[in-house]
Amino acid sequence: MAMLEIRNLHVSVGGEEILKGIDLAVDAGEVHAIMGPNGSGKSTLAKVLAGHDGYEVTQGEVLYEGEDLLELEPEERARKGVFLGFQYPVEIPGVANTYFLKAAVNAIRKHRGEGEIDAMEFLKHIREKMKLVKMDDALLKRPVNEGVSGGEKKRNEVFQMAVLEPKFAILDETDSGLDIDALRTVAEGVNVMRTPERGFLLITHYQRLLNYIQPDRVHVLLDGRVVKSGDKTLAEELEKSGYALFEDNAA
Amino acid sequence: MSASTKTIEELTRKGYEFGFVTDIEQESLPPGLNEDTVRFISAKKEEPEWLLEWRLEAFRNWLEMPLPNWAHVKYPPIDFQAISYFAAPKDQPKSLDEVDPKLLETYEKLGIPMHEREMLAGVQQRQVAVDAVFDSVSVGTTYKDKLAEKGIIFCSMSEAVREHPELVRKYLGTVVPKGDNFFAGLNSAVFSDGSFVYIPRGVRCPMELSTYFRMNAGHTGQFERTLIIAEEGAHVSYLEGCTAPMRDENQLHAAVVELVALDDAEIKYSTVQNWYPGDENGKGGIFNFVTKRGLCAGKRSKISWTQVETGSAITWKYPSCVLKGDDSVGEFYSVAVSRGHQQADTGTKMIHMGKNTRSTIIAKGISAGHGEQTYRGLVRVLPTANNARNYSQCDSMLIGDQCGAHTFPYIDAQHPGAQIEHEATTSRISEDQLFYCKQRGIGEEEAVSLIVNGFCRDVFKKLPMEFAVEAQKLLEVTLEDSVG
Ligand SMILES: Nc1ncnc2c1ncn2[C@@H]1O[C@H](COP(=O)(O)OP(=O)(O)OP(=O)(O)O)[C@@H](O)[C@H]1O
Ligand SMILES: [Mg+2]
Repeated sequence: MAMLEIRNLHVSVGGEEILKGIDLAVDAGEVHAIMGPNGSGKSTLAKVLAGHDGYEVTQGEVLYEGEDLLELEPEERARKGVFLGFQYPVEIPGVANTYFLKAAVNAIRKHRGEGEIDAMEFLKHIREKMKLVKMDDALLKRPVNEGVSGGEKKRNEVFQMAVLEPKFAILDETDSGLDIDALRTVAEGVNVMRTPERGFLLITHYQRLLNYIQPDRVHVLLDGRVVKSGDKTLAEELEKSGYALFEDNAA
Repeated sequence: MSASTKTIEELTRKGYEFGFVTDIEQESLPPGLNEDTVRFISAKKEEPEWLLEWRLEAFRNWLEMPLPNWAHVKYPPIDFQAISYFAAPKDQPKSLDEVDPKLLETYEKLGIPMHEREMLAGVQQRQVAVDAVFDSVSVGTTYKDKLAEKGIIFCSMSEAVREHPELVRKYLGTVVPKGDNFFAGLNSAVFSDGSFVYIPRGVRCPMELSTYFRMNAGHTGQFERTLIIAEEGAHVSYLEGCTAPMRDENQLHAAVVELVALDDAEIKYSTVQNWYPGDENGKGGIFNFVTKRGLCAGKRSKISWTQVETGSAITWKYPSCVLKGDDSVGEFYSVAVSRGHQQADTGTKMIHMGKNTRSTIIAKGISAGHGEQTYRGLVRVLPTANNARNYSQCDSMLIGDQCGAHTFPYIDAQHPGAQIEHEATTSRISEDQLFYCKQRGIGEEEAVSLIVNGFCRDVFKKLPMEFAVEAQKLLEVTLEDSVG
């Protein structure tokens, strides 16, 4: 069985159906990319997988490592290794990044029956990960996502992912807003984390990210449905001709 | 106390950790208030004639005063005849070694160090000198000798009256006059114990000074009086903490604190107030009516108030600074929490008199449950205060939809050159913030406390290190079960 299996997933918000029957399976060790026009439901899918309670699942199921994912609270999903890099990371004023990450690391450790992380060990761990995403030391003491640029927020999401070492990571447009160098750094960070045990779902608008992170599969999401799946050449095709190519399939 | 009643008590205390009662033989006055009460207290403390006269004058004056009703708090009328104005453990210790072990145990339970620790060679360990006030009397003060070497006086007010009457007489009531307001008037008549601090010229106090107030006896009010004097160029950091048992009745706490800073002196006064707030239905809890005021008498002097107010059923408290000396500085940093049925009306007054005086106000109010929170502040710039500046920031955070937050910033600028800046915000913990934290594995309660702590950061970082940690923990306990 795949690490993550989405079967016939239907999701509504305020009575309006946004996801209209999604089927998707991601194996451990695989990177899948989801592309699709604005408003097609990509972030909705990401948030439903992470357990946002603003969305109603009307049909279908999601299995994560064989377990019913939709039954779990968002924090339980996170502790079991599901990570979401947000399209719009929120600010938490006054809460330092280190403090926040330590709370997260300890919550995850507690779930695994481990004790709180030793302060020195934690510092060593985050320093290592900072190097990975070339993050500035000063950021550690700064409040979470407060007073930083859009690009820096995205880099911070990848940094958090590196620190928390999830089993399954969803990155929602983490490449948007990044300059060329930052994009390369972030992609390298993801590539380092690409191991046979870990699965990725990359949501992106741009083929250029996929030049750095070679996906195993590419899916096109249109109006709440996966209208086409293929290998990485599908992304190139999209880049050339746009979504018009698939519009008929969606109708 | 038997083990089982202890467990039951622990199970029912609902977040208030310090609700236990110390079973100790007490001597107390029967409830009631008249001139004889005042005479009794004064005699008990073997006070000089002038102080008794001072008290009696305060008492007569108080009888004429109306109860203030402008604060945004509601409470049943207080029957001043139903309160006992004096309670003290029967055995009065002469020195720290003689303090009743039960009392020491009480302070131990409250996490307050009553033993003087030797500094271990090579080990960085902060020493904190403690004056412990139990109901109406001080039961012990640590590190007195060590402080005395530098000429610092740190003792109970009663002792100061006996040992240093000239200092007490010179300063008592000079910052908060005995007729200042209703509760200060009452305090002046019946004040029991409190701390007295005197830092001589040019001395930096080598350790934190702190007083822990414990109300133990039932049907008793606590009326402590604290006086801190920093001579020219002196520096001191002082902290007070307070707790009380859980009782069904409302208990009155009406304290007066006076600070005097002379030229170039600096006083930092921090409070972690954790009086019993009452139960979840609003029954019981402390009525906390406190007058705190600092006088920056000297040039370039500085007084800084930092308060973390999490307890009490009602808080009525406005630590203020009178900036008389030129170039003097007043600061007020406050975190106030009201949850359950707590009501807090708190803020500050900054009175600019001298030239180039500056003041900063940062007030963070958190309301949860049915809590009501009011910030009330006054910035007054007198015609003499050339080039005065004030910056105020008042932020409120609401948790749930049954609570309230109100802000009343009064500005009275009588000098055209005054620069006064005021900012205010009201926020809620957003669903998105909670979801973000949860997505990282952090549970709801911890997420709330994390976000609230972040909200209070500007104030917490003003607290002495070890107390900042205490304040943070206190906030966590206080806000448990506030969400959802
Ligand atoms: N909370 C919500 N309430 C109402 N409508 C919503 C909500 N969330 C999403 N929608 C709607 O669902 C649709 C899909 O939104 P979603 O954010 O999933 O799109 P997306 O594919 O991520 O778009 P983008 O590329 O712009 O990020 C949109 O029409 C959007 O307006
Ligand atoms: Mg999106």
